Amino acid sequence: MEVPILKQGDVLIATFQAALSDADLNHLRGGLVRQVVKHRSRGVIVDVTAMDVMDSFASRTLREIAHMIRLRGAETVIVGIQPEVAFAMVQLGLTLEGVATALDLEEGLAYLIQKFKSVEQRE
Amino acid sequence: MSDGEIRVAITSDQDIVAARQSGRALAAELGFSATDSTLIATAISELARNIVSYARKGEITVKTIHGPSRQGILVIASDDGPGIPDVLQAMRDGFSTSGSLGLGLPGVRRLMDEFQIASQPGRGTIVTVKKWKQ
Repeated sequence: MEVPILKQGDVLIATFQAALSDADLNHLRGGLVRQVVKHRSRGVIVDVTAMDVMDSFASRTLREIAHMIRLRGAETVIVGIQPEVAFAMVQLGLTLEGVATALDLEEGLAYLIQKFKSVEQRE
Repeated sequence: MSDGEIRVAITSDQDIVAARQSGRALAAELGFSATDSTLIATAISELARNIVSYARKGEITVKTIHGPSRQGILVIASDDGPGIPDVLQAMRDGFSTSGSLGLGLPGVRRLMDEFQIASQPGRGTIVTVKKWKQ
């Protein structure tokens, strides 16, 4: 299953579907990092609104995506974790430590823009 | 309302998705809340993943159960894989032999109401979990 990746200025937006297999997630991890390099993106939004299950493999893959992209010098924010999915993740003992999260696409974009600004101020 | 059981053969990561979708569909049919349906689907995903990671192949069975005053859902994850040499150790948080997950079984126990495991080295593992409708 293909995950659509949209380019919006400096930001890439990947929208996850409900029924992603492990192979799909692995494929996406590679694909996103390649796209970040290709477009010299500064930020990535991973929209998981449609995901109805976030198990150990999916959260580990999301963490890996965020860390790989950070090594490339860009920021990742995960948006749209559903309340019941968040509840299940906590029960299962899963954390997305070190990964930025936001309520939805709009807040995720606002977070990235803020990040870009603070980097520019430092420069 | 279906009273039958759903069996999903687990041989690849694709089957993990199929198994958890079957569980969610049955939970929804039984009138479980969205939160409980998600907990059940997540537990099935972890159990099916254990089968793929440790035993390569096995089966997930999902069925309706009837208690004295309420209905519930039963999930059986069975395989003929290598088995778990030390079940108590496997039930502790942070333990993993495949070096990847380490949360599987204790996490599944927290997601569900009842949890049973039987494992024999060289013979396989059967994990049985239940969730009752609130």
